Amino acid sequence: MLPAPAVELTGITKRFPGVVANDDVHIRVAEGEIHAVVGENGAGKSTLMKILYGMLVPDEGQMTVDGDEVSFSSPGEAIDRGIGMVHQHFMLADNLTVLENVILGAEPVKRGAIDLEAARTSLEELGAAYGLDIHPDDMVETLEVGERQRVEIIKVLYRGAKILILDEPTAVLVPQEVEELFRNLRELKVQGHTIIFIDHKLTEVLEIADTITVLRAGRTVTTVDAGDVTAQELAELMIGGDLPSPSTATHQIDDHVTLSLAGVSVTDDDEREALSDIDLTLHRGEILGVAGVEGNGQGELIEAILGLRPTAGGSLTFNGEDISDWSVRRRRESGIGYVPEDRHRRGLLLDAPLWENAMLGHQTVEPFARGSLIDRSGARDATEAIVSQFDVRTPGIDTTARALSGGNQQKLVIGREIAADPLLLIAAHPTRGIDVGAQAAVWEELRRVRAEGLSLLLVSADLHELIGLADRLVVMLGGRIVAELDPAETTPRLLGSHMTGADATNGESSS
Amino acid sequence: MTARRIVMALAAPVSAFAFSVLISSAVLIAVGTNPIDAWAEMLSFGMRLETLIETSNRATPLYLAGIAVAVGFRMNLFNIGVEGQYTIAALLAASAGAAVSLPAALHILLIIAVAMIVGSLFSGFAGYLKVTRGVHEVISTIMLNAIAWAMVGYLMRTWLADPDDTTLNLKTREIAESGRFPNLNGLLEAFTRDIKGGRELGGFILVAVVVGIIFHLYLTRTRSGYDLRITGLNPFAAEASGVDPKATVVRAMLLSGAVAGLIGLPEILGDDFKYDLSFTKGLGFAGIAVALIGRNHPAGIAVGALLFGWLDSAAPILDVRGDAPREIVSILQGVVVLSAVVAYEVVSRVRQAQEARDTAIATAAQTDTGSDQPEGEVGA
Repeated sequence: MLPAPAVELTGITKRFPGVVANDDVHIRVAEGEIHAVVGENGAGKSTLMKILYGMLVPDEGQMTVDGDEVSFSSPGEAIDRGIGMVHQHFMLADNLTVLENVILGAEPVKRGAIDLEAARTSLEELGAAYGLDIHPDDMVETLEVGERQRVEIIKVLYRGAKILILDEPTAVLVPQEVEELFRNLRELKVQGHTIIFIDHKLTEVLEIADTITVLRAGRTVTTVDAGDVTAQELAELMIGGDLPSPSTATHQIDDHVTLSLAGVSVTDDDEREALSDIDLTLHRGEILGVAGVEGNGQGELIEAILGLRPTAGGSLTFNGEDISDWSVRRRRESGIGYVPEDRHRRGLLLDAPLWENAMLGHQTVEPFARGSLIDRSGARDATEAIVSQFDVRTPGIDTTARALSGGNQQKLVIGREIAADPLLLIAAHPTRGIDVGAQAAVWEELRRVRAEGLSLLLVSADLHELIGLADRLVVMLGGRIVAELDPAETTPRLLGSHMTGADATNGESSS
Repeated sequence: MTARRIVMALAAPVSAFAFSVLISSAVLIAVGTNPIDAWAEMLSFGMRLETLIETSNRATPLYLAGIAVAVGFRMNLFNIGVEGQYTIAALLAASAGAAVSLPAALHILLIIAVAMIVGSLFSGFAGYLKVTRGVHEVISTIMLNAIAWAMVGYLMRTWLADPDDTTLNLKTREIAESGRFPNLNGLLEAFTRDIKGGRELGGFILVAVVVGIIFHLYLTRTRSGYDLRITGLNPFAAEASGVDPKATVVRAMLLSGAVAGLIGLPEILGDDFKYDLSFTKGLGFAGIAVALIGRNHPAGIAVGALLFGWLDSAAPILDVRGDAPREIVSILQGVVVLSAVVAYEVVSRVRQAQEARDTAIATAAQTDTGSDQPEGEVGA
């Protein structure tokens, strides 16, 4: 007889008013395997995991853990059954140490006081047992994203979890950190842990998972062995149709220089040099891809071009004019559009209606303003146009931005910038955190406006996106441009080695 | 949908009202008064024409104070200095008004202009400190309050006091007839009966109404108001959209102070015609409470100001009749503020959740039409 599966979900149905989030879902996770759950945003992955973790109670269906039927009404009960969850958004206290964070809520107590020594010992044992590199006394605020995630994993293990749920764990990681994470996960698997892994980056899923379950529109489509399927097939299963890809169409790049940076340097908030001596040119109708591990100056580059951060040296020329001394507003009015890396932080007014969001960044120009007044009817009409042209799914333009799903928020931001008909669009991670269908729509739109003569500065962590869209690629490392590449002749692997500086001898050419 | 929207809009004020009546009743019981009798007494006294006039007169400066605070609140600036700004503005405006003689309209306009400029400079200074030196406006405005009071004391003892005055009550010289704001008794009596007890319905309420309307139009209809508002909603997005954060801070503080300057004028222009030691204090702090009740919205602030004004005017009857000490007014006002803040927060969370659900339903319906034809375009 086969051993009982670590987790089995049978006929799980969860309804919200008007929506069936999970509809007769079946998943069987064998003990000691890495089981991926993939699907578009809104396919029901998160709901399903919340059910398994006791955050939601299903309307129908059974759950078994190690063969015993269970029903959880709180995460506490799931933890007692050995289920732990690593959330996409970390739940750590920045001003506590790693050790304090790990034991928070499960402190070992000796004679009425927290027994820090016992905690430290068991934390170090855990780290050693699973090959998790951890320093108990580091403050969490000083940790890199990948290290924070490791703390989250340890937190779960410390509570005795045998079954780990990871919700889009790689969304926030750079490629090297992803490798580290995968190494850790494989180690956990060897030690007999079961891992349920939610993701929509298919190449990663194929690399790490043993078994893959695909969800679409709340239903289980199929469960396959990772070895029997390609990324293309998986994507088609997810969206239920043929997959669009970011292939480059042939087109003409102009001689006209839209943007040029000459010897630009910038200092960061701590007065350290964040950009050194950057030279860049961007032509009309060209997409320039900027690759690099996050935090190597891409953010500062964008801020310098937009005027959010003063330059310490060098010159910035836009459309033939030196804009180094221009205000942000003047730059934006003269035709620089911006799709920020974090739409909630820099791109949206979450508590304002969509039509007020659509005018953000364009509030001084037609159709949103007339003289020094806001043109309400013009703004509303323009918003209606953006919503319909870019397929922003919303009940109406008076809905607040917060109520929209991430993909729709992103379509609104991109739509607003493109509708303003800029000469230069700065797009940072334009498809991060949105599903495959919306991603294809965004790529399509970017290609269309490029053909109309727009210059696009594309900063992305998605190497396939960079290679597929860009006409030219530069790689940033340590605030410098360390390589310039032709996307037609590059691979993610080659790009990755430039990004880490591992391949500094091969193909280095300062632009 | 619309019916539910109306219910949602009314839910917060109604539940805040019910909750504060409940708590206040408990307080009344605690001091040994039958709350039903007390409420009935307050209501009957509070509905007299004279009490309502008093309500309006008290609500006028409270409304201006509420607006002054709300200008800052709308962009997350806490102008705690409204108190000092209006005091110094009232003193200097009263002195300037007494020093000149001009035709009526001009005279009043001059006094108003002086008050707004003084308030605006005083508050603008805090804005300047914030953008140049990084001093938090809560700290600087609280300290500027102390400076304002000290300056008022100094100026009153030295240059601005009426030298012909022989009483112990220091005061500035009186403003001439041409600089006094007309009352609205004639207008009111045309609709009601004669007003007893020499009470006057202050005309400055018209200025307050105009200020409220301008505030609303500024925020919703002008580019500058939009910039101010979005800075409050999301300063990072505002900056990326081209808003100059420093200029906006200074502008908001200047505007807030300009409105603050008006707070003392109903008293100076319509009642006392001079600044003296009995000049009303505490309106700036009360304005913070009024702005909280009104959610920084001009109509809401009007409700808050009228409610505070009415409690101020009607509740003393409890003291007169020996039912409850007069401090009960402050307790009632405090309870109203707390209930309003809590009720609005709860309702806004419920509304947010509901909207998210409505949107999910509406967009799920759109997605469903897509997934019926899996071969068609998806998500494009």
